[in-house]
Amino acid sequence: MSEKLRRVIIEPVTRVEGHGKVSILLDKENKVKQARLHIVEFRGFERFIKGRPFWEVPVLVQRLCGICPVSHHLAAAKAMDRIVGGEKLTPTAEKMRRLMHYGQFFQSHSLHFFHLVSPDLLFGFDADPAIRNVIGVAKKFPDLAVQGVMMRKFGQEVIKATAGKKIHGTGAIPGGVNKNLSIEERDFLLKDIDQMVVWARSALKIAKDYTVEHLEKLAPFGSFESNHMSIIRKDGAMDLYDGGLRAIDEDGNKIFDHVDNQLYTDYLIEEVRNWSYMKFPFIRSIGPENGWYRVGPLARINCCDFIDTPEAEAARKEFMAVTNNKPNNISMAYHWSRMIETLHSIEKIKQLLNDKDLQGNDLVVKGQRREHAVGIIEAPRGTLIHQYEVDENDQVVMANLIVSTTHNNEPMNRAVQKVANDHLSGVEITEGLLNHVEVAIRAYDPCLSCATHAMGKMPLTVELFDNEGNLLDRKSK
Amino acid sequence: MSDNITITIDGVEIPAKQGQTIMQAADDAGVYIPRLCAYNGLEPHGSCRVCTIKINGRFQAACTQPVAPGAIIENETDEINDIRKSIVEMFFVEGNHFCMFCEKSGNCELQALAYRLKIPAPRYPFLWPDRQVDASHPDVIIDKNRCVLCGRCVRASKDLDGKDVFGFVGRGPDKQLAIDATARLVDTDLDVRDKAIDACPVGSIMKKRVGFAIPIGQRKYDKKPIGSDIEDKNK
Repeated sequence: MSEKLRRVIIEPVTRVEGHGKVSILLDKENKVKQARLHIVEFRGFERFIKGRPFWEVPVLVQRLCGICPVSHHLAAAKAMDRIVGGEKLTPTAEKMRRLMHYGQFFQSHSLHFFHLVSPDLLFGFDADPAIRNVIGVAKKFPDLAVQGVMMRKFGQEVIKATAGKKIHGTGAIPGGVNKNLSIEERDFLLKDIDQMVVWARSALKIAKDYTVEHLEKLAPFGSFESNHMSIIRKDGAMDLYDGGLRAIDEDGNKIFDHVDNQLYTDYLIEEVRNWSYMKFPFIRSIGPENGWYRVGPLARINCCDFIDTPEAEAARKEFMAVTNNKPNNISMAYHWSRMIETLHSIEKIKQLLNDKDLQGNDLVVKGQRREHAVGIIEAPRGTLIHQYEVDENDQVVMANLIVSTTHNNEPMNRAVQKVANDHLSGVEITEGLLNHVEVAIRAYDPCLSCATHAMGKMPLTVELFDNEGNLLDRKSK
Repeated sequence: MSDNITITIDGVEIPAKQGQTIMQAADDAGVYIPRLCAYNGLEPHGSCRVCTIKINGRFQAACTQPVAPGAIIENETDEINDIRKSIVEMFFVEGNHFCMFCEKSGNCELQALAYRLKIPAPRYPFLWPDRQVDASHPDVIIDKNRCVLCGRCVRASKDLDGKDVFGFVGRGPDKQLAIDATARLVDTDLDVRDKAIDACPVGSIMKKRVGFAIPIGQRKYDKKPIGSDIEDKNK
């Protein structure tokens, strides 16, 4: 066995939500032969939801995640709306849920940008890991760190006001919500709203300036052409809460559009591979080879025709101009697009807080009972699909969840492969170079816990194997 | 002899009437004694032992023990509270109680007792029993994972509803809530208006499709701990 044949393992991947590892297989010339992101968690929520009463599911299933529980809460609630025939919500109920959802976007995107990603952007991908972390940011850029914390806190306060708790609340119930927004709650949030808008603008500027300034380096970094998918409003506007499915190819041609959520299985299918607990979804009509797609902020900006809030729409136009209004396929552009959504979310929150419908008392509707339902929502990390069957005794008999990170499984693997090929091939592998792999993964803001519906500890590892599969080197964080 | 007597609880003299239980006298005086199987309107049962007190140096259940003139009772002591905590912890480990997604959360007496007694985690290992959910009834669901065998439904069905819907089968650790000697809840004459349903202190017997209709912050024990209604009589 030659000493130069090896497999590198990054385990755990750090500054992502959940536990994953990367394995990179190098050939005799130290060239990257294969690079994979393995998801090593397993949870089994789809199984233990079975038998539970359907009204319990929106509260139960959000325990999948501590970062984006609201997304699971609302996706499940949307499905259960259909189970009770209450999918046409009252204005108060829909606006309360939307407020909760935008609060979730605001806090989740802020957490990701400031706590998980900013160390890479502010200090460099291969900076000393001792300072390339959130504590390093807090020391060198204290104002920015505080801003990140306060933005996240504000989003959490919005969630508390709508769901009863900052994490794992109970606001959405089948057919509606269990509370409106009191005047006190509204005024409490309104007092900080303008500051939040200012900070969201400044975070967007940081992301935009960084991307534009480093475009030459970032454009090829972990990048590749791909399809994109999101839900979309009837008029083509970005809608994070509700809409039909739209998928476009790398040039912006529509693959499908305004697909009824209930029929998603006619358009999407999942494939299992034996080296990861995370499935690989793809577009049926194209097949597994080329039918994979990206979801999340980048895909949403690419898919939508416009954004219905003025500042975010202006930012979207600037963003799209970089690629001449064609879909942006740059992985690192996720950060910029994520901050456009952060600004959009706070604009929406401001609109909603001034909407008197939120003080309404008509909270729940019910109609014709159904046994099968799908709920689809855009979670911060991308399209989230919940599908359930409920029997005549009100018990769940089938659950299928396709979470945002699962859609991005193939893209993240492509990004890892690309970065490994471009940066790790034929050179001595250092911690800084390994972090390049993680930087590419972080662009997608994966939530590996959600994606495997999982149990276990958090982190990412890189292992180096020879071409016969023998472990030669291993670096963990 | 007068019916009116005096007893002492934790060094404080309180009035009582002959024939009362210690719990009844304490309630009237605004002194809370924790409980689980005791329920207003039902005969005392003395089975859960959460209301354990010490009377003249002997442990007794306050819900069944009659008052006696001059009785010296210990209620809020470290020794007794530790016994109560231990009992409540046993309830938690011998069932499958997941407060985080239980619709009774915030209205659950077992959870409220755990908060009141300041139980961070049970001292005993979880048994993780394999129990069934019976959702066959159109309006009522029973989740036996959460049953604490307090017998309130058994007594309420018999004494308040005039029915015999619930009972127990098995002995010791195998004891389980059973339904009227038939297999499923739907085969009984249980009605959604029966008082037996409201008598359940935990999330075991529930009206269907109510779920999480009460928002967090407005549930029974969100603002004040269990027992506050009794203690407020003293204020």
